[in-house]
Amino acid sequence: MKVLVGVKRVVDYAVKVRVRPDKKGVITDNVQHSMNPFDEIALEEAVKLKEAKKAKEIVAVSFGPAKAQETLRTALAKGADKAIHIEVDAKTAEKLEPFHVAKALAKIAKDDNYDAVFVGKQAIDDDANQTGQLIAGFLNWPQATFASKVEVDGKALKVTREIDGGLDTVKVNLPAVLSADLRLNEPRYATLPNIMKAKKKPLEKKTPKDLGIDLTSQTEVLEVSEPPARTGGEFVEDVNALLAKLREKGAIP
Amino acid sequence: MHLLKSSIHRFNTFLVAKSKLLPPTSHSTRSSHNYAESFYATDDNEYDLFIETARKFVLDEVVPKAGHYDETGEYPWELVRKAHELGLMNTDTPEEYGGLELPLPTKARLYEEFGYGCTGLGTSLMVNELAQIPLRLAGSTYLRDKYIRKMTESPILASYAVTEANAGSDLANLKTRAELRMGHFVLNGSKVWITNGGIADWFFVLARTDFQMNAPRSTAFSGFIVDASTAGITVGKKEQNMGQRCSDTRTIHFDNVIVPLENVVGEPGDGFKLAMRSFDRTRPIVAAMACGLSRRALDAATTYATQRKTFGRPLTDHQGISFKLANMAMNLELSRLAMTKAATIVEENGKDAAYFSSIAKCFAADTAVRAASDAIQVFGGNGFNKEYPVEKLLRDAKLLQIYGGTSEIQKLVVSRRLVARYV
Repeated sequence: MKVLVGVKRVVDYAVKVRVRPDKKGVITDNVQHSMNPFDEIALEEAVKLKEAKKAKEIVAVSFGPAKAQETLRTALAKGADKAIHIEVDAKTAEKLEPFHVAKALAKIAKDDNYDAVFVGKQAIDDDANQTGQLIAGFLNWPQATFASKVEVDGKALKVTREIDGGLDTVKVNLPAVLSADLRLNEPRYATLPNIMKAKKKPLEKKTPKDLGIDLTSQTEVLEVSEPPARTGGEFVEDVNALLAKLREKGAIP
Repeated sequence: MHLLKSSIHRFNTFLVAKSKLLPPTSHSTRSSHNYAESFYATDDNEYDLFIETARKFVLDEVVPKAGHYDETGEYPWELVRKAHELGLMNTDTPEEYGGLELPLPTKARLYEEFGYGCTGLGTSLMVNELAQIPLRLAGSTYLRDKYIRKMTESPILASYAVTEANAGSDLANLKTRAELRMGHFVLNGSKVWITNGGIADWFFVLARTDFQMNAPRSTAFSGFIVDASTAGITVGKKEQNMGQRCSDTRTIHFDNVIVPLENVVGEPGDGFKLAMRSFDRTRPIVAAMACGLSRRALDAATTYATQRKTFGRPLTDHQGISFKLANMAMNLELSRLAMTKAATIVEENGKDAAYFSSIAKCFAADTAVRAASDAIQVFGGNGFNKEYPVEKLLRDAKLLQIYGGTSEIQKLVVSRRLVARYV
């Protein structure tokens, strides 16, 4: 099985993001970035399949600015065999949408005969939760999203998905798209020896033009603003007073 | 006391009880990221990935458990095993023995992360590598193969047995003897304050081999590698120290311990020079750990000061507090620069290596003690209490001014070299 893993460089989850003065986004200059946590989980699952001899080759891919290369090196250090960087300049990168990323990944998956595409369920910067689904749509492949358990079943994947109602188990025939959810696995550390070995692994560069991707924006960001500041609560005397207050605020009928 | 308890409750969102000193993912611990890393990087390609792994290991594994090991004094085997697994130990060991041969500045940067988590653990790992330095400098192929290779293969530790009760700063006063008898050496004497003493697989031992009166110290001592399992070695009790309490420190007695001829490091008589050259390589490491501790003190104190309110405003609004934080930040930046410079010069075998590594070690250690003390002051009454992380930092920091050459010895090194330029 040949697996393509999409990884995205995002603002680190522990950073306190601040809105840009022009209100079109958040401040990303001089801010700590790292691999999207759900992508780390997707990569870990692919590497585990390789270690279990169920997958033969794991290729990490990232569509982004020059610095996305760092994320790809991390992916190589964590077990990917090869990396592909679809590079764009910083300004273009800011306007990339799941639609464009999905087109690019779908093209690579089809042209190079991948058996599966693994991605994180969503990126923690835009929380779009679209890329995996769009890839499946473009390729007309089955999809298993919000995966919390994956088993290889012949030429198919048996996937347990976390949904609102509980757990949903599906069987998808390969080739298929999978999006990883939080509890799928615990990503490994990049050990120092593996970081050094990653230096020798191939990193291929592509452009959107090479893949025939049209980068016309489908959406326009009108405004990004901070959530309203939290106001203090108050203590009430008893349950009746509490119910009255909640009704007053429209929280209960 | 009652008032203190209620303020403890107010801050338990970010200051978690006893064994968890700071939540590993708290903003404070990640905010110290932004230190213009590329300025310090030696090799863009991997440097940041190495530091990322070390940082993650420290935040996720060390920080939550450091308080526990400090309290019980147990040796943190699980942390050592994990560090070994991740390739964080023996980082500058030559590649032929399974090491990564990282340059000293990169290695020192890793030790800054260890120092951030727990200098007790950092010291144990540092001494393990210190013991290997004489072998790398002058050990025979036989010794290097036998004693260095196994360090990268499994999480075992080595120890550096040089200091004695009457020979710390005045190392040449040491009394342990190694006498040549019947084709081997016989070791007799006692060593004190030996880190990893109770858990080491082998020791590097410095002993006197020339017993003539007025034998110059540059030729009177020899270095030996001694297996810990050799008959005649007695290990004393684990010392109860003020800080770095998880580190295993003991007295080691050698009673007619037989050491084969091939276990001499270099030539007989080379010992003192080897010991001094080894310290050159560790002074930047101690400086780095001091930077890590200072950074931890700064992170803890700044986070606290932004959240705690007095007189209706956060502590940071009061310059008495914010200026303390500024001083800590300034000294941290200076310590880091001095440490990086020293590590770079030592790595390049520059002729002023001792001068710069003494400056770095002394400055970083002295300012770390001050930073820890100031951090406690920022925390106020809470800082004096074991449920908060800063009192441990002061207890740990003090040793940085003493071991690896006291601050006084560092000043001696610097002043002598300084004066020599003017005479």
